[in-house]
Amino acid sequence: MSILTKVRKWFLRFDPLGSISAFSGVFLVVLIAVFIAALLYHSAPVFEKFGLNFITGGTWNPMKDIYGALPFIWGTFITSAIAIVLAVVLSYGAAYFIVEIAPLKLREFLSSIVELIVAIPSVIIGLWGMFYVVPFVRDTLKSILSPLSSIPLFGGTTSGYSYMAAIIVLTFMITPISTSFIKNAMESVPIELKEAAYALGATKYEVFRIVSRPLARRSALAGVVLAYGRAIGETMAVVMVIGNSPTISISLFNPGYTLAAVIANEFLEATTTLHVSALIALGAILLAWSLIVNILAAFVLRLVRAQ
Amino acid sequence: MFGIKIETKDLSVWYKDKQILKEIFLSIPEKQITAIMGPSGCGKTTLLKALNRLLDIHEGYKVSGEVLLDGNNVYDPKVNPMEIRARIGMVFQKPSPFPHLSIYDNVVVGLKLRGITDKKYLDDVVKEVLNKVGLWDEVKDRLESSAAKLSGGQQQRLCIARALALNPEVLLLDEPTSALDPISAAKIESLLLDLKKEYTIIIVTHNIQQAARISDYAAFLYMGQLIEFGKTQEIFTNPKNELTEKYVEGRM
Ligand SMILES: Nc1ncnc2c1ncn2[C@@H]1O[C@H](COP(=O)(O)OP(=O)(O)O)[C@@H](O)[C@H]1O
Ligand SMILES: [Mg+2]
Repeated sequence: MSILTKVRKWFLRFDPLGSISAFSGVFLVVLIAVFIAALLYHSAPVFEKFGLNFITGGTWNPMKDIYGALPFIWGTFITSAIAIVLAVVLSYGAAYFIVEIAPLKLREFLSSIVELIVAIPSVIIGLWGMFYVVPFVRDTLKSILSPLSSIPLFGGTTSGYSYMAAIIVLTFMITPISTSFIKNAMESVPIELKEAAYALGATKYEVFRIVSRPLARRSALAGVVLAYGRAIGETMAVVMVIGNSPTISISLFNPGYTLAAVIANEFLEATTTLHVSALIALGAILLAWSLIVNILAAFVLRLVRAQ
Repeated sequence: MFGIKIETKDLSVWYKDKQILKEIFLSIPEKQITAIMGPSGCGKTTLLKALNRLLDIHEGYKVSGEVLLDGNNVYDPKVNPMEIRARIGMVFQKPSPFPHLSIYDNVVVGLKLRGITDKKYLDDVVKEVLNKVGLWDEVKDRLESSAAKLSGGQQQRLCIARALALNPEVLLLDEPTSALDPISAAKIESLLLDLKKEYTIIIVTHNIQQAARISDYAAFLYMGQLIEFGKTQEIFTNPKNELTEKYVEGRM
């Protein structure tokens, strides 16, 4: 067989779309593997020096080359946890209102508002946070919550730049994401099933409770996971309001820091190998965090499907 | 003669600007089977949903006239539509058990909504109504499995059971057998003949033979108008209106 026929045969069998997608699949896997390997490789020095103390250590002092990640882990944890709880509550309320209560025109309007907020660049939300949320926390929220100030979570004084400001900004950013998922899922619940529930004498809320909410659960969970991933990874808007202080405080009114925020703030100025390594290790922690959340979510989705 | 269970007086329904039902006067006798017949799109489903105020849940419908249930207008502003819907059971064209609930929970969901949680009582109701619809022996060993796993005919009988669990006075059925195979359809027909001892039954069908087989009274609806209403025998052997005659002879 001549070379030419071989080439011709190959061309005839060549399936451009299939090849591209196979190639991209392999490429993606390789990319992720290389990415993780690079993260681990570059974070090795800091783990060699501090061991697990890097994760449990509460001091972060680049001047003295001392690196402990706990302030950022704590900041990421507390802001994302409270923001996601608020977002879930608000999203269900908003989705219920949009799907079940609002008349058609208002429903379309609100739906597009929700999609619009999702698309706002985070630096813009950060600006809003600096100019409105931070003063609001300092001048208004602190006094509103003053009856609770004996609870450590709400104690102390505040400059406004705080976990609390970050929580508010994050909640504002992620609520539309989960709302959008929950709303779409509720809208795709078959009308026959809702009618069947109404025909049993159910009220609007009862129809939601016995039909729409359980049937929308899977997509809702997917939306909440996506929103949570955004909350732990959000950088710009958090940098602008959280106060950027590598300390661990129980009070939400104190300044703090998150993993994503400190990486963004310090990476360009990091000069020592150990400092760079520590920042990359923070990235590795963040990546592991979101992978674990996604794996857990996939697991829960399985359970929901199986039941 | 039988008592009148439901009466419509000058009932008209609009969807947006389109009038779907036109000045319907209809008297549904108690504990009888009344069939509502007519070609597709003539307004049969709309008429059923007007009776239990199910149209209310959709945007765009306007209802005028009266629907009297035991002589009381269900559209009276003082009336709670949820109460009406609980007194009037409904079964839809497409079997619609709640797919995420077990067979047991499908039956008791209406009772639980009414705050009844006594396990013993619920168990009794489940057994009773599943027996009534002839499903008990088929499902008694898998009450906790999903209702979605049942066959179409079983699902439809489960939906009838779900409606009966609330002990309604009236049962509305919207083409309940049109999505089923002939054997399942026959089961449901004989079930309805049983049930009429206890319930007033209104069945929408565009199957003329079915109406002839099981109904005592029949109404013929055409383009939103009630053309003729009377004893089924009369309607089929001696229709007064030419349109009715054409329809029951299958020439439409
Ligand atoms: N939600 C709706 N949107 C548009 N048209 C409707 C709607 N509901 C009913 N109609 C119209 O009303 C008429 C009667 O419908 P329906 O009661 O479903 O008829 P049937 O059950 O006899 O087939 C049809 O012409 C249909 O197009
Ligand atoms: Mg219909």
